[in-house]
Amino acid sequence: MTLQFVADGLIAGALIGLGAIGVTLTYSILRFANFAHGEFISFGAYATLLLAGAIGAIFAGSTQSIGSLSIGWAVVAAGLIAMALTGLLALALDFLVFRRLREKGAAITTVMASFGASMALRALLEFMFTSRPTYFSRDLQIAMPIGLGIRVTPDQMALLGVTAALLIAVHLLLTRTQTGRAMRAVSENPSLARVAGIDVDRVVRTTWLLGGSLACAAGVMLGLLVQIRPYMGFDLLLPLFAAAILGGIGSVPGAVAGALIVGVSEAAAVQMVGAEWRAAVAFLLLSGILLIKPTGLFGKSE
Amino acid sequence: MPDLAGLITYASFFFVTALVNAIVCLGLNLQWGQTGLFNVGIAGFVAIGAYASALLTTPAIEGHWGGFALPIVIGWIGAMAAAGALSAFVGAITLRLRADYLAITTFGVAVTVHLVALNAQRLTGGAFGIGFIPRPFESLAEKPLQFGVANLAVVAALVGILYVALERLVRSPWGRVLRAIREDERAARSLGKNPTHYRLQAFALGGAIMGLGGAVHAHYIGFIAPENYQSALTFQIWAMLIVGGSGNNRGAIIGAILIWALWSASGLAIGAFFPAEEQARAAALRIAAIGAMLATMIVLRPRGLLGERATVSRHLDDVRP
Repeated sequence: MTLQFVADGLIAGALIGLGAIGVTLTYSILRFANFAHGEFISFGAYATLLLAGAIGAIFAGSTQSIGSLSIGWAVVAAGLIAMALTGLLALALDFLVFRRLREKGAAITTVMASFGASMALRALLEFMFTSRPTYFSRDLQIAMPIGLGIRVTPDQMALLGVTAALLIAVHLLLTRTQTGRAMRAVSENPSLARVAGIDVDRVVRTTWLLGGSLACAAGVMLGLLVQIRPYMGFDLLLPLFAAAILGGIGSVPGAVAGALIVGVSEAAAVQMVGAEWRAAVAFLLLSGILLIKPTGLFGKSE
Repeated sequence: MPDLAGLITYASFFFVTALVNAIVCLGLNLQWGQTGLFNVGIAGFVAIGAYASALLTTPAIEGHWGGFALPIVIGWIGAMAAAGALSAFVGAITLRLRADYLAITTFGVAVTVHLVALNAQRLTGGAFGIGFIPRPFESLAEKPLQFGVANLAVVAALVGILYVALERLVRSPWGRVLRAIREDERAARSLGKNPTHYRLQAFALGGAIMGLGGAVHAHYIGFIAPENYQSALTFQIWAMLIVGGSGNNRGAIIGAILIWALWSASGLAIGAFFPAEEQARAAALRIAAIGAMLATMIVLRPRGLLGERATVSRHLDDVRP
């Protein structure tokens, strides 16, 4: 029994947190559980892969590794563009499907449509890229000891830093800007927000762009740490929901805390029970919190 | 002269599978069509039924749990009990909450059931699954024509019994309460009906019917493995109900046959027109097409082909002049 699982769990939790923020915002502002959120993650990873290939072909030297990381700045630049593209994908999906259902006011039908969209997007990714896993880089990284018997790779350190920066940025956006206040107002009460002169459609667009781009960041992280495959996002969906509900739907700090709990629990289970049972952990946490405190750790009672 | 016997054998194989889907679809119609409960884990409940029945009816194997060699009918009943109990548990923890929580939890059930089927080697046989599940009319297995027709008769009779029973339920006071809750929970509550109780009953009964579907299929094929119970199955059953017309039992059956026909035909077409190395990709395209169809149908024609009919008490005709 080493403390390695804490480090592994925190890194996985940071990744889950990036996705769970999108889930919790969609749920509290658009009022439905979006099953297609996992596909935003996969789409972001594949978009980054394609763009990085293109950038690497145009700018010689951009594939040169940065410092001791496994990737060059081609992947970094591609990831930034792909974040915008994933946001646009979310907007397009909203325009084609969700907006129409929202106008009819059928919340649970929206969930079903998102399930259909998820299946279609995933199958399209499988059609284009096949189900064979791919990688951003095939460099092997040496894990460095950082004390207490814990080892981390330079990639993991860098990604933790990037995630922390993204989380702080989202937190500032939601708490310190007019846009963030509008988003919180719509999540509290959409009709009242509209009466108060808030442009609800703009808030909806911001939510999709934000959720989509964070999902893309999670996808790039997952692709760097593990691998890229069409099911990567779908397999992450249950941990995302578990994290969002654990933290209390609508609460961004809650989603991150929930994600860290899910991540560390999964890593602990991998070490103690076996890697094959990893996926059951999120379900157990989810059932547990629904039994004990359905509003989540940081949620408000309705 | 085409091979008539071969044609009938294939037709019976097709219809048995389509009608097994119809059984599951009828269970979903009770949950979603009548009561408005959103189940994203259909594959999990079908799998529980299939595995429960297989464990009850297969002969004992060294080093494995289960294997009681009981009759098939006991297996069916056990399957309904197991899937019904799981549904009741899921319902108990989620039905008092917002509707989306049920969706998320059932999704988790499907993932977890698949995981257990894959990893609990001694119980489920792991990735290799369970074989030698007794089949009805095993003695006819040498004669594919008779075997197929006899099995089709059994499955058709099951669907018929379920249809009649569910139609009676829909027209009963119980069925009216379900629809009342679906349409206006507050109004139903003000009339003294406890929505959570009724939802729980409908969800458990629907889950039990899904389990029965899983068991019937397991006994027809004689072999089950975890890969049969993935999200694609959940998705097909949803497409069947939405296309057929949710809230309508006849729609559920027609939708099941129609979507299964489309699915099988596209499968044959992929086999015929694509080279072997491209077939996996083409199969992915088929799923994408059905996903797009489901989303389009929900947006453009949410009632489905048949749609729900207004149902009133079957005694109403008696009092009318």
